[in-house]
Amino acid sequence: MTTLTADQIDDIERRHPAAFRQPFLKRFAYPIAIVVLALYTVYAWWFFSIGAVISNGNWNIAGAYLADWVSYEVRPDVEYKTGDIEITYPRFSPLGENPDPSWITTERGLVTVSVEGIDTSDSKPASTGGAGVGGSFMSPSSDATNTGGSGLMNSFMSPSSDASNMGGGADADEETTVVTETREGIAEATVEISSTSKVHITADEIQLTRGGETLALTIDRKNETVSPVGDLPSWAVQKGEGEKVIAYFGFAGRAEVRWYEVKVNRRFLGWENFFFDTRSPYWGKSFSEVMTLAFSGERIDPDRSNLAVMWDNIVNNAEWQHGDVWIKLLQTIVMAFVGTLFAVMIAFPLSFMAARNITPNRFVNQILKRFFDFLRSVDMLIWALFFTRAFGPGPLAGISAIFFTDTGTFGKLYSEALENIDDKQREGVRSVGASPAAVQRYGVVPQVLPVFISQALYFWESNTRSATIIGAVGAGGIGLKLWEAMRTNADWENVAYMVILILIVVFVFDNISNALRSRLVEPIARD
Amino acid sequence: MAVTDASAHGAYVSGDGRYDVERHWRDLNATRRLYTIGGLVALAIALVASLWFANETNAGKFLDRLPHFFDFVGDLIPRDGWEVWRALFDLPSPYDTGSLQYNYPVGRVYITESLYVPEYFYKMLETLNIAVFATLIGFTFGFIFSFVAAKNLTASRWLRFVVRRFMEILRAFPEIVIAGFFLAIFSLGPIPAMIAVAIHTIGALGKMFFEVVENADMKPDEGLRAVGGNWFERVWFGIVPQVMPNFISYFLLRLEINVRASTILGAVGAGGIGEALRLSISRGHEAKTLAIILLLFVTIICVDQLSAWLRKKLVGKQAFEFGR
Repeated sequence: MTTLTADQIDDIERRHPAAFRQPFLKRFAYPIAIVVLALYTVYAWWFFSIGAVISNGNWNIAGAYLADWVSYEVRPDVEYKTGDIEITYPRFSPLGENPDPSWITTERGLVTVSVEGIDTSDSKPASTGGAGVGGSFMSPSSDATNTGGSGLMNSFMSPSSDASNMGGGADADEETTVVTETREGIAEATVEISSTSKVHITADEIQLTRGGETLALTIDRKNETVSPVGDLPSWAVQKGEGEKVIAYFGFAGRAEVRWYEVKVNRRFLGWENFFFDTRSPYWGKSFSEVMTLAFSGERIDPDRSNLAVMWDNIVNNAEWQHGDVWIKLLQTIVMAFVGTLFAVMIAFPLSFMAARNITPNRFVNQILKRFFDFLRSVDMLIWALFFTRAFGPGPLAGISAIFFTDTGTFGKLYSEALENIDDKQREGVRSVGASPAAVQRYGVVPQVLPVFISQALYFWESNTRSATIIGAVGAGGIGLKLWEAMRTNADWENVAYMVILILIVVFVFDNISNALRSRLVEPIARD
Repeated sequence: MAVTDASAHGAYVSGDGRYDVERHWRDLNATRRLYTIGGLVALAIALVASLWFANETNAGKFLDRLPHFFDFVGDLIPRDGWEVWRALFDLPSPYDTGSLQYNYPVGRVYITESLYVPEYFYKMLETLNIAVFATLIGFTFGFIFSFVAAKNLTASRWLRFVVRRFMEILRAFPEIVIAGFFLAIFSLGPIPAMIAVAIHTIGALGKMFFEVVENADMKPDEGLRAVGGNWFERVWFGIVPQVMPNFISYFLLRLEINVRASTILGAVGAGGIGEALRLSISRGHEAKTLAIILLLFVTIICVDQLSAWLRKKLVGKQAFEFGR
């Protein structure tokens, strides 16, 4: 700004005395407000011990949870406790029952399997020519090879370990010495975590590669230790000597190396099995295959058409529970709609009785107004809790809660609008000898109807949002489902799905409400 | 509907070139009535369908449960009238047998050896603090964002777009999801609720604020621009003084809403009075429930009245009643 000389300032001050002699409070309003705010912040900081809570927060988990919104993990366990490599998946793996992903390659060779005590010196991590079956595991996951592949997997996965166990046990009974046996099995496995990162596993050495760096870990199964060769890079962590090593590969996943197994978490972008879960006959098929099967394939279930089976599989998807989510969402919508509509229907006649100028009876006015205040001030939450007890969990409780609260709100707003109307129109209608009902109909309603409708629509919109929240205390709708999905901490992708649905619904209803408002209430559309 | 060009409605022009106003009016009226009736019928159908659906998917059926509609009134009758006061002020109860129902003094929060804050007052204070602090955070950020989002102060269309969409996302995101997410990080406590309410408030207040700013009188701004004021000076001395009363009015309105919101979030696990209420209702402790409801009721009325009074003082008659 331009600088003023002292004379000029004095001159201005003389010309505008009022502007320079303000009361103390007004003059220092902003500094005082800022000081009060700062003091309050300090108080709140202390009251909630915000600092401690934030520093105790589990921030590592936050990242993983956020990633879970848009991605999923596949968690193969590569075990080599006995010397033979064995790959297992958790029971509800997103890859189905017999997964054989192309990013895990195995190579067969001669392995030394031992049961009690281990002789590490002479295992043969053979990349020998002898066993060349490994290639078949990289097979593309078309259906035929898939079953073939998994059959093969089965044949040497579980039985081999069983057999060796049993053999070991039998031998151990007779002579308790170490039993080793050299036979054919999986000697090496490579898990590709991203294009630049991979984990190469043999029974005695694990090689972790990220970018250009490679970390080799020696496994000592006898002493049950894991020890790195050389220094650990920044992306790998080992808490104590010989303990497990956790290697992080960023978003792509991580690997936990223990002396008997490597737990790999590989993260994939996207929502797994969104349409069909792994039990569905449509699972793992491309869109065109699904369509072909649905419309022209042979009947999967002789009683129903393939299309019906497809629909049934989608709706009852175990992981995503589409059908249930949709019903709950519809409940939320219905709760807001019916609750608001009933509230309008009840509040409309009551507000005429509560308005001073329409019903000139002080007693009735006051009673009704205090009644509205009561309904409004007993919170929607309290009503929801009570009606959940009355009706059991479900949308009826939500409808009643919204209905009770909003009857109060609408009653208040409507009676205030009625008290502010222009009296001339009523007088005009009355002067021509119209009946009391006609006076209201033609003298009052046309004035207030736009306001009434606009407010009703506004609250409809807002109730669609609040119905989500009161649902969480059991009043029906998607709130409870959302809350449960969050509390288990495992289904963040389901949370994301429901949030997206809610956002779509809110967006659509905002637009419907705006469109209706501008149609029905043209001049007062902007509130 | 004003018809200015009569020739556009040829149907109503008779042979001798006269325009039949009455017939046209009657036709318009008939169309309007048709639309009204159609609309009402559609509404009725939607209502019936919704009710049927709600009843079908509810745990208890409406007609079966209707006789129990006012059961909660029965659940609320305490053993004697003084129990409510004892529960409210944590006084020992003559019925105390060590069960949760009558152990009022257990929840006392001692300040000194003998001076204590009754449990529910403390919890109410917690809920109020959540609301006030969250609203203040929302006010601060909404204040900052509003000037960047306003058309008359920010020339960059791109920046405005980004800020406005950002606030829209904050506003639309369900509070309960934010609370649930932070509950997973911070574990139980009031802070997740506070963050959730604050985030929502930033979006809601930001939107209202920038609309106020866009309607501000630009003459002070022009004056400051003429003497070479930079952007901050123009905003601070030209715009802020005019919009501040409206801002504070919206702030107070939001505070009313947030007191309720933080109560509800409390009930789903974020602490405060909401949680106490939910537990008390589900355990059937009638005196405690009544005490909490009484406290909540009085607090909400006080906050509403105080805020309405302040708003009336600040912006006079145009106190916004339904800015929810």
